Amino acid sequence: MALSKPVRTIWDIPREERFAPGHTMCQGCGAAIIMRHLTKVIGKDAIIVQATGCVEVTTTAFPRTSWLNPWLHLAFENAGAGASGVEAALKALKRKGVIDPNRKIKVVAIAGDGGTFDIGLQSLSGMLERGHNVMYVVYDNEAYMNTGIQRSGATPLGAWTTTTPVGKKMRGELRPKKDLIGIALAHRIPYIATASPAYPTDMVEKLRKAYETEGPSLVHIISPCTPGWRIRNEDTIKVARLAVLTGMWVLLEIVNGKPRVTVKVPKRKPVREYLKLQGRFRHLTDEEIARIQKMVDEYVEEINRWVGEQAIGPVEE
Amino acid sequence: MSLKDEGFKRYLGKKYPETWRDMPIAAIVPWPGNTAEVKTHAWRTIRPVINQDKCIRCRLCWTFCPDGAILEVDEEYKTSSGRVFKVSYKVDYDHCKGCGICAAECPVNAIEMVPEER
Repeated sequence: MALSKPVRTIWDIPREERFAPGHTMCQGCGAAIIMRHLTKVIGKDAIIVQATGCVEVTTTAFPRTSWLNPWLHLAFENAGAGASGVEAALKALKRKGVIDPNRKIKVVAIAGDGGTFDIGLQSLSGMLERGHNVMYVVYDNEAYMNTGIQRSGATPLGAWTTTTPVGKKMRGELRPKKDLIGIALAHRIPYIATASPAYPTDMVEKLRKAYETEGPSLVHIISPCTPGWRIRNEDTIKVARLAVLTGMWVLLEIVNGKPRVTVKVPKRKPVREYLKLQGRFRHLTDEEIARIQKMVDEYVEEINRWVGEQAIGPVEE
Repeated sequence: MSLKDEGFKRYLGKKYPETWRDMPIAAIVPWPGNTAEVKTHAWRTIRPVINQDKCIRCRLCWTFCPDGAILEVDEEYKTSSGRVFKVSYKVDYDHCKGCGICAAECPVNAIEMVPEER
């Protein structure tokens, strides 16, 4: 059974574990926390369609699986297309009376940032545009961590990866992160949200709303990666929380085009606090940090203008 | 009979394949969620120990555990100061990978990371 009532406190999260332990995700993996809560929310009447990525590789090494739901593995590029197909097949089976037409079965597509921002973008776009009743969950660890930390469209400005090395000519990633929420918004889908595992009630409530939505929904979740971000194992949640508190990551919810900031930050921390925890940003000089700070300031201003209130406040040392 | 006990029985009539003739033609995952059989305890160098008297049952360690290795059990516990709690939190030492998120996020520092000695 999926969650039926709104999640207001941490005690509304169901106790039942639907994501088996023993998977080979790293110690302190952010994606594992997300998957645990996602499977709690969707319950048993859901079909999971999973693009290649960290979670797929680590949870389903043959002959074992961590999933208790029907689960379909797809390549990087076609999570959206596969999910559309499963949803269309369900519709046909319901029409023919094979499955009870009143039974609610949701198709849930899970993909990493590589399978969404870069390789799977066209099939995601097709899925959103055709209006399939699919919930799409992106766990964003900001590079191709599964294959060994190569840059992706989600890699933030200045971050070290193996394909954006730090040296005389290059100082980490050259381009800022791709705006996935903007892309999803352009498709005018009913539900878009961003979430962070450091705010579990907020994250679970957004996943629940995405599950309840009729039509395509997209939840974009930041997922700290201990080896890729060069952080200590126990700092996963701390980093995810600092991303929100510094304004690098804004917890948004866009229902039918109306934006709302769900976790307001009255006094923002300087981005330096977020960056200094991570080894991938250790090469940044003061000027480069000031440039990132300026970028974040502009982003926050844009968000505040968009939601029509001072949701994210000014920087306070 | 649970799906776990059933194992290969569903396909073969016996719990495990005995000869090559018993091997299924296609790949079979015997039961869903069977990574639970894999013990990941050897990964850790430090292990969490919960001080039940200090613990205020805020559920945060359970929420933030990536491996579901903090178990929430309906076990009544009376702390040394006389407070009675309906639930208790225990560590599943078979699956805990020793990342230390629980100890870092505990608001009352009730979880201590102890070096693993073998």
